Order: sequence, then structure tokens, then C-alpha cells
Amino acid sequence: MSDTPKIRVRGLCKAFGPKTVLDGVDLDLPAGHSLVVIGGSGSGKSVLIKCILGLIQPDAGTIEIDGVDVLSLDRAGREDVNRRIGMLFQNAALFDSLKVWENVAFGLLAMRTLSRRAARDRAVEILAQVGLGPEVAMLAPSELSGGMQKRVGLARAIAAQPEILFFDEPTTGLDPIMGAVIDGLIVDCVKKLGSTAIAITHDMASATRIGDQACMLFQGRIVWTGPASSLLESGNPMVDQFTHGRREGPITMQLRA
Amino acid sequence: MTFLLDLLAAIGRPVLAATASVGSVAIFAVTGLSHLVRPPFYWRLFGRAFIDFAYFSLPVVALTAIFSGMVIALQSYTGFSRFAAAGATASVVVLSVVRELGPVLAGLMVAGRVGAAMAAELGTMRVTDQIDALQTLSTNPMKYLVAPRLLAGTIALPLLVLVADVLGVLGGFVVGTLKLDFGADAYLRSTLDFLKTEDVVSSLVKAAVFGFIVALMGCYHGYRSKGGAQGVGAATTAAVVSASILILSFDYVLTELFFAR
Repeated sequence: MSDTPKIRVRGLCKAFGPKTVLDGVDLDLPAGHSLVVIGGSGSGKSVLIKCILGLIQPDAGTIEIDGVDVLSLDRAGREDVNRRIGMLFQNAALFDSLKVWENVAFGLLAMRTLSRRAARDRAVEILAQVGLGPEVAMLAPSELSGGMQKRVGLARAIAAQPEILFFDEPTTGLDPIMGAVIDGLIVDCVKKLGSTAIAITHDMASATRIGDQACMLFQGRIVWTGPASSLLESGNPMVDQFTHGRREGPITMQLRA
Repeated sequence: MTFLLDLLAAIGRPVLAATASVGSVAIFAVTGLSHLVRPPFYWRLFGRAFIDFAYFSLPVVALTAIFSGMVIALQSYTGFSRFAAAGATASVVVLSVVRELGPVLAGLMVAGRVGAAMAAELGTMRVTDQIDALQTLSTNPMKYLVAPRLLAGTIALPLLVLVADVLGVLGGFVVGTLKLDFGADAYLRSTLDFLKTEDVVSSLVKAAVFGFIVALMGCYHGYRSKGGAQGVGAATTAAVVSASILILSFDYVLTELFFAR
């Protein structure tokens, strides 16, 4: 097995105006591992993922996928890299002008290797993998519940059998049971595909279920890394305050009077 | 000296902002157009945008054209009667409708209907991460969302204006023959005598330019919207207002090009 990490991030910096969001993030994620990134609102978790996905251009630093510096790629090269990546957005981000099956098969249709009929059959198969029946395929995204939208978003993310999967707050807005169902599906899909995964979440139960490893972002830097199973007893005062939701601790919230 | 610098700064800021906006729109337009000649092209999306532009805008454009033609006939007749030139009514109607009112009114109506809808749709896609999702699925949003709409607008509006021109003249004909006592033969002869090929060509060229403007402004403001529902609302307003102003500005420029002697 190669020693090159699947994803390597070095010195990643990003600021929006005067606000520094990422301040020198370093990250190594070996192939086949799952990393959960935790951190407070506005700590830069989503920005980190969007930088890796190429949706935001960082101010400084490098991002390598399979040893290739993806920041130096042209648009076509970047699109080739993205074909190996799947992403589940926080609000699922389903295309509301398309039917469910067209959403799921979007990446397959974009590759132009399948006919629409074959793509629809494939979409129905993938929907079954996330526990949705064929009757859902012809519905519009607006006809689905939040949990079903997340499942369709997951189906779309795994449709092209990506090597890397990103999950942005996969259980936000779902009840605890549906959250556990989505987590279970994520773990099953990641294991089945053998993908490398990065998930960002506020949900500690979800974090321990999804991740092999975990890290915490605070003020634009990774302040702790360890096994996801040790999140609730990490021994790090910041992580402990965050995971147990304590008001007192090293993290002070900036509240206006 | 400080006052002078403040004054220059106060003038310079909006000038720089306006220049940046023009540059930004120009880059957006060129990027969108460049995707028309680089495969793949999304014909299905082009078809959908074309139907939205042409077919679903037909009722509003048709009604606008008919009533405009009727009003022009009535106003021309009452105005020209004052100096015994009521006989020129048919020629005024056809030239007004074909050269100006057809393309301009159709452009403005479509800007309000389709341009606003485009801005709202793309704006909503932007603020709900759907445009980001396109990118993660290796699909260029400019190619997928913008290029088909630009082409649809440019092709659809001339067809709409062709219909609007005919209906506008028909509106004038109805008022002229039923209310103003013109003979049908004389009215039609006068209409056809005054209508030249260059009138129709200029009407269609204007329509193509206006259709492109409507699609460009709808896509540009929608694509760049931010800030949730309020941002989408602002994008929609900006799309309609900027398209309307550009249509009227380009109408003058194109009229100058076609008819200035």
C-alpha cells in the first residue's frame, strides 16, 4: 500500500475580508479512512471541505489528492478529480427542477456513458441501497421529507462509486432515529465502496458512529486529532467542553450584550 | 486640498464600481457564449428554456402587441386629423410597431416574465448550494445553466417579435377599419407600401439583442446572488431593472445603426 495519503492538506489559509476562517490547517487522511471534523459554528469546517472540493479558492496552502496538487489543476483536470468525489450537502442540495431519479443519476448522465433508460434503472438500484423504493424515483424533491431528501442526496453522492466522500452535517435537522438511520447508511456505503470519507458535524452521536478518526477545528486551526471513539473522553479541555456542551471552559463565545 | 481629494474619491468610487460591474458582466457573457461552441451542449435544457421564453410568453406579448397597435392607430388618427394627415395612420402604425414597439415591448414584457424567473431560479440554486452541487458532479454551471438560456433567449425573442409585429399591425387594422372607417383594402395597401425589408430585419435584430440581454441579466444576477431569500429577491429586481435599461439603451444604439442617415 502506498504511503501517500489519499488527502493531504498543508498550511491551508482562507480569510473573508478581515475574518480569518482557516489559519494554516494541516491534515493527512489515509485511503479508506473516515475522518470527522468537529468545531463550533463559523469555525471553518464547511470552508475546509469546500476548499478541498474546489468550490472555494484558498489564500495559501496546498491540497493534494493521491499526491496530486489539485489547486494547480485547470478546470478540466479539476472536473476529472471531482468525478472521483461524492458530496452530501447539509440541505441535500437536490436539483428541484429534476425528478429524484435524475438527481441520483446526474453524475452518470453527465459522463454520457449510459442511456437515460439505463441511468434510470441504475438510479432505482441506488435508491434501494439507501432504503427508498422505486416509487420515489419519479417524484420531485419537493415532495420528499427532510430524511428522504438526505437519503436521495446520499444516493446521488455514491452513484458514481466515488473514491472520496464528503458529508456536510449529514444529520442536521433530522430526528434522532432518522439521524441514526442516515449514519448507518453512510457507514454502510463508505465500507461497501471502500471510500475515504470526511464528515463535518455538530452531532456527537453521529460523529462517533461515522468516523474512525476525529479532529477539532478552532479559530481556523486543528487543535486536536484522535480516534473518533475517544471524542467524549479526549482529555483535551477544548474538545471536552465542546463535546459535552459546557458553557465554561477555554472556548469563550463572543456574545453581544 | 482635502476637500478636493474627498470630492475626487466620491466621484471615483461609483465610477470604479460601475466599471467593475461592466467588466464582470462582460466576462460572464463571454464565458457563457464560449460554452456554446464547446461541447457538450445541453439541448434538453435549451429546449426547456426556449419553450419558457417563446411559448409561455406568447399570451402576454400577444396581448401587449394587439393593444399597442390599437392605441397607436387611435392616437395617430386623432393627432394627424388636426392637420389633415389622417391617411397616414396605417403607415405610422406599421412603422411604429415593427421598428420600435414590437421589439421593445416584447423585450420589456419578457424581461419581467422570463428574466425575473431566471434570476429567481438561479438565485435559489445558488443560495441552496445547488450550483455548488453541480460543480461537485463535474458539471460546469456556466455550460449547464447559462449557455442554453443565452441561446434560447437570442433565438426565441425574434420569433415572439415576429408574432408581435403581425398582431400589432392587426390591432391597428381592426381599429382602423371598424372604428375609424378606413377601407380594409386601402389600409392593407398603405401598410404594405410603407413596410420595407430593413424594417423587419431591424425588428428581428433588435429582438435577438434584447433576448440575449434578458437572458444575460437574468443569469448574471441569479448566478451571483447571495444572502438567502432577500438576496434572491434583490437579484430578481436587479435582473428586470438592468435588462429594461439595457433594452432601452440598445434600442437607441441599434436604431442609430439602422436608420440614422
